[in-house]
Amino acid sequence: MTNLKSQTSAVLLGLFAATAFADEVQVAVAANFAKPVERIAAEFNKDTGHKASISLGATGKLYAQIRNGAPFGILLAADDATPQKMGKEGLSVPDSQFTYAIGKLVLWSAKPGIVDSQGEVLKKGAFQHFALANPKLAPYGLAGEEVMKKIGVFNAIQPKLVLGENITQTYQFVATGNAELGFVALSQVIKDGKITEGSAWIVPQNLYNPIRQDAVLLAKGKGNAAAELFLKYLKSDKAAAIIRSYGYELP
Amino acid sequence: MIPSTFDFAPIWLTLRLATITTLLLLLIGTPLARWLSRTQSWLKRPVGAAVALPLVLPPTVLGFYLLVMLGPQGPGGHLTQALGLGLLPFTFAGLVFGSTLYSLPFVVQPIQNAFEALGERPLEAAATLRAGPWDRFFSVAVPLARPGFVTAIVLGFAHTVGEFGVVLMIGGNIPGATRVLSVAIYDHVEAMEYAQAHWLAGGMLAFSFLVLLALYGPSKRMQESKS
Repeated sequence: MTNLKSQTSAVLLGLFAATAFADEVQVAVAANFAKPVERIAAEFNKDTGHKASISLGATGKLYAQIRNGAPFGILLAADDATPQKMGKEGLSVPDSQFTYAIGKLVLWSAKPGIVDSQGEVLKKGAFQHFALANPKLAPYGLAGEEVMKKIGVFNAIQPKLVLGENITQTYQFVATGNAELGFVALSQVIKDGKITEGSAWIVPQNLYNPIRQDAVLLAKGKGNAAAELFLKYLKSDKAAAIIRSYGYELP
Repeated sequence: MIPSTFDFAPIWLTLRLATITTLLLLLIGTPLARWLSRTQSWLKRPVGAAVALPLVLPPTVLGFYLLVMLGPQGPGGHLTQALGLGLLPFTFAGLVFGSTLYSLPFVVQPIQNAFEALGERPLEAAATLRAGPWDRFFSVAVPLARPGFVTAIVLGFAHTVGEFGVVLMIGGNIPGATRVLSVAIYDHVEAMEYAQAHWLAGGMLAFSFLVLLALYGPSKRMQESKS
């Protein structure tokens, strides 16, 4: 009995010690940035001894959660409008906002030979289902809609649209082949500068407004050493190299 | 005031989905429940467990497997294409299929319990009066198991209305085809259109409460009248 007690208190003491020496920050991250942030967080935890834990979601959902008291210290959004709005609403520290990545849109199919290098497949319309992230919720969906409107194919494709709740679900629709093709984030289908599978058209930047993805320190992260350090780390050369390797540009 | 942009389509779609699913489930679930209630076969336990799976599994598991199995590379997808049905994900028929699986235990189990409580004696009595097997089933077993059927219909219908994970994963959020109530509510919440979300969510809350009230009300009276 005493043995058990002392063991328990040793464990509790260990837990307490761990929290006393290292800070923890919960980072809310837009779904498109899932892969790079996973690597950045792993490096951050290793290099600093602090702990950054990641929660993924659509930017709109994360915003709603933060507004309603979610314990996030940092938001890595998929746009720059949401962090700006949060600054005005007192949910974040306004002068902490910066662009951590500029997202790239890609038209992608899990099958080779479906998407050509000029995106002509959009005009031909020889497909049943076209996956798009819900433009109301996801900046990549909005950008995809912009591209289709600019090329003049939106009305033709609209009846074939299947909407993902966020960019991850959109990717899932295409990756399983249920939708023949769709607009996803380049970061989802690229590794070390190469498209990993299927066929893709990296959409030229002049067809849509740049997807500036901004990070911001949230009110709950203020004064948290791990949170402030993570934002600094995100600007480091090491993080920049990881971000670039997933096809993002940096400002 | 109901917002002027209020969209009633998800409500009708959901009611249609729940009605069709419940009817299908009665057709499939009744013989299945009858078999489960009588059989001595070793298959009884594994089949019973398989029927109950949706009670335990998160809807995401079912949604994920449906998406993979019914897709163009999956065995289910090959089958539906060979039958000339096309692919089921992103269609209303796909939602009916998913909901039928997902709500199966809510229909089978109450009917099975009712049949088991009934036992074989009323049917044997009917047999001595020269009632054939179909006659026995429809004029004796089914009427006596009526409370079980009522529970099954109400639960099957209500559970389909309340379904979310599966329809989100295989639906694709298409207006008029797969954008059901729960998905529409989720969309409104994420888009921060709280007024629309409140109307739908509040309506759903009231509906669910009334359904359960109806379910608990009569059965209590029935118990009283029995005693």
